[in-house]
Amino acid sequence: MEQQHQRSQRGLTHAAADALTACVVFAVGVVMMIDNHRIGAGWAPDGPESGYFPFRIGVILCIASAVVMLRSLFGKERKREIFVPWDKFKLVLMVLLPTIVYVLAIEFIGIYVASALFIGAFMRVMDKYSWVKTLSISIGTGVVLFWLFEMQFLVPLPKGPLEALFGY
Amino acid sequence: MEEFSALFHGFAVALSWYNIGMMSVGIVLGIVIGVLPGLGGPNGVAILLPLTFTMSPTSAIIMLSCIYWGTLFAGAITSVLFNIPGETHSVATTFDGYPLAQQGRAGEALTASFTGSFIGAFVAVLLITFLAPLVAKFALEFGPPEFFAVYLLTFCSFVGTGKDPAKTIIAMMLGFGLAAIGMDTVSGELRMTFGWSELLRGIDFLIVVIGLFGVGEILISMEEGLAFEGKSAKINMKVVLETWKKLPKYWLTLIRSSAIGCWMGITPGGATAASFMGYGIAKRFSKDGDKFGTGMLEGVIAPETAAHASGTAALLPMIALGIPGSATAAVLLGGLMIWGLQPGPLLFVEQKDFVWGLIASMYLSNIAGLIIVLTTVPLFAAILRIPFSIIAPIIIVVCAIGAYSVHSAMLDIWFMVLFGIVGYVMKKLDYPLAPMVLSLVLGDRAEAAFRQTMMGSKGDLEIFWSNSLVGSITTLALVMLFWPLISAAWRRLRGGTKAARLAA
Repeated sequence: MEQQHQRSQRGLTHAAADALTACVVFAVGVVMMIDNHRIGAGWAPDGPESGYFPFRIGVILCIASAVVMLRSLFGKERKREIFVPWDKFKLVLMVLLPTIVYVLAIEFIGIYVASALFIGAFMRVMDKYSWVKTLSISIGTGVVLFWLFEMQFLVPLPKGPLEALFGY
Repeated sequence: MEEFSALFHGFAVALSWYNIGMMSVGIVLGIVIGVLPGLGGPNGVAILLPLTFTMSPTSAIIMLSCIYWGTLFAGAITSVLFNIPGETHSVATTFDGYPLAQQGRAGEALTASFTGSFIGAFVAVLLITFLAPLVAKFALEFGPPEFFAVYLLTFCSFVGTGKDPAKTIIAMMLGFGLAAIGMDTVSGELRMTFGWSELLRGIDFLIVVIGLFGVGEILISMEEGLAFEGKSAKINMKVVLETWKKLPKYWLTLIRSSAIGCWMGITPGGATAASFMGYGIAKRFSKDGDKFGTGMLEGVIAPETAAHASGTAALLPMIALGIPGSATAAVLLGGLMIWGLQPGPLLFVEQKDFVWGLIASMYLSNIAGLIIVLTTVPLFAAILRIPFSIIAPIIIVVCAIGAYSVHSAMLDIWFMVLFGIVGYVMKKLDYPLAPMVLSLVLGDRAEAAFRQTMMGSKGDLEIFWSNSLVGSITTLALVMLFWPLISAAWRRLRGGTKAARLAA
């Protein structure tokens, strides 16, 4: 705890992140209420309408998130330390951003090639493995996955131009 | 002894070469999944579930439940050798497990915890064998109001026992909200699709689980920065036998922890709570209680036995009532529906092979699991030494494949990433994830039960107190819901009288 106080960086505090998340949840609750009110959240001749149950869920969501929000803004025990220090958050982004690029790549070059590239890039950038190790592990994983899913389990996964070359 | 003949029939079902093969595959996979950071019971089962679509339901449930047992066993490996709990339920095992490993007694600690797990699971399976059919028979009389009351009890006890009621409610309601997306099962009307045709079939709970627990967990472990510097695991026959000789001394701890575990598993308290409680109670009642934390064998046995008993007992309400007692059990329940089985008390009547095959497989797989973990620990410990830069992308790849194969939809992979981010934020802000999974899986069924009840009563809520059975369940649910308030009031009342006495 002491250390965390000394390392007082600027940024989002834990309590602020809490409040922000509660705002998002509140918005979700409002959207649920509006959309379910549209399709009918009341009582039809044959019983409750489609929106009856979700509308009430939305109401509870709004109330609970308001409680969390008020507590994080005015509560006595709110945490003032930084939610995620920047140097740690950089590490998180180092996984998250490549993952997004990876998913995007699946749409164009298929999951096997994209996976091999993804694993290879990770090994090269994070731990600077030699090319031999990087290539053998990344391509090896791709081939094993292909063998497992396309040939053994017969579960079709997204494929791209490379697989088309081999007639898949 | 109707149960005995049914159980023997179950053994006949489970004891085919194919099913035994599935059992071993399941346990080994489960241990690998449990040892790896970012993969655990719920999402491990979720990722592998699509591969079982073509199998017979009995073989599929045997394999998937074995994955579950494997992950339960695996928690102890990482806790003892690396001081890193692979699963939350093994946090308490690190307290005494790692000190033991530091003293070079890792083999003893592992043997003790595996054997404890085995005993805990065994007690829980015995309980399932004899109690589950009774509960199911009792529940056959249930109508929609009773079922909704039981659902209510499950959800309310999560709120009452959770750390932060408001956040538990939010997590749960988000799950209900997600479950409601798509076509309404009763009227066929579209709900919350916002004109997006891909949302017609809703958001599958498997996608959410893979995202929350898989991708989210990777992001968390990346931030925390994992460095695995483990102790070596040497287990040989001599160590195992010597440890087994010491175990009978701890019979009371074993019984206590098993009982705690069974109770916490059936009521959705969860394995995590059970392991802490098992540890706490053993510490309090042991004559060496003050030495706990320095490397006591008893301090390893107590939480592991409770965790495993609770994890196993969590399947009891799932089989008998269709209400899962843990997040992994919730995913298994979702599997039942995918395989075309209707969860609930009728399973015991209509799907005898399935139910008793599963129960018999629990006996067999726990024995198989014990043998496998005792003989192969060093192998699994080696997996943890694979650098994170290789493991992390591979886990994400596996998650992506799992998410895609549910519906062969690209959009699902994007949802997985989205829920990964959601899971990361929720975990960091102490939102519990298990209630969300539970309400996501049960959402439609709970809603249908509620609406059928309301149709019957024409919107009158009094139907939930219309007879003594449904009335007592509903009242119990409300007591659980307001438990934090009730206990606080009780404490204040007692504190007040004490203060008054002191003043006087």
